[in-house]
Amino acid sequence: MKLIVIALISGILFGIGLALSQMTNPAKVLNFLDITGNWDPSLIFVMAGALAITTLCFRKILKRPTPLFDKQFYLSNKSVIDKPLLMGAAIFGIGWGISGYCPGPSIAGLGMGNFETLVMIFSIYLGFMAHRLYNK
Amino acid sequence: MENFTPYSALTGGILIGLAATLLLLFNGRIAGISGIMSGLIKAERTELFWRLAFLIGIMMGAFLFHQIKPDFYQPRENFPVWLLAFGGFLVGFGTRMGNGCTSGHAVCGIARFSVRSIAATITFMATGFLTVYIMRHVLGVLA
Repeated sequence: MKLIVIALISGILFGIGLALSQMTNPAKVLNFLDITGNWDPSLIFVMAGALAITTLCFRKILKRPTPLFDKQFYLSNKSVIDKPLLMGAAIFGIGWGISGYCPGPSIAGLGMGNFETLVMIFSIYLGFMAHRLYNK
Repeated sequence: MENFTPYSALTGGILIGLAATLLLLFNGRIAGISGIMSGLIKAERTELFWRLAFLIGIMMGAFLFHQIKPDFYQPRENFPVWLLAFGGFLVGFGTRMGNGCTSGHAVCGIARFSVRSIAATITFMATGFLTVYIMRHVLGVLA
């Protein structure tokens, strides 16, 4: 129960952050990716704001033996840059550049009654399933 | 530069950072949206509920903000649904293959100085830039 309450509060903060920074506007995201056009550098400030907090706090948190409400930290222990990582990231970037949505804003957009994000979420899940088949 | 909004962007980013910090400090989890979404497919019950709560929270936060400041969101019109679906498919496939998206790699991974996350972020930014360049300035679609 405690885990669920924290996840809900964290999600609400995340959603407000996405809406306030307008990452829920695909045109704004695409204007960030359009460096040779009317470039809008706002997304750098979103990342800078987020990283300022996470970089400071994560290091302190990860010095603890465990998180406050669970027995262990759930982190990826992979450390090698391999082909799936780079190919996957490259494919994600193409999809992001076409649609103007990454997964977070797709979820947030549902809360704003944005029809486009319904299409996004449905097709993101199709992509997840396709990857499971591909990996078999 | 078009509609540059540094203050709301920075403040929004700080909120996202706080959200990720909360989830790691209390629950020991990385706030990677693509991973949390895909985890819904095969999750056990204990894994399912916090993921659902987090995703519903994102919708609630965006909903609340939208009620207070409706002018922050501008709906896009006339974007072809097939192109959106194609983009979404690549986002889903790519984030699974590359183990993460903007939140998991760029916000959480870089904060841990993970070389994988740094490499992934540089890669998806690069192909994102390239894709928009081709879409807008070579093919001339959807300016």
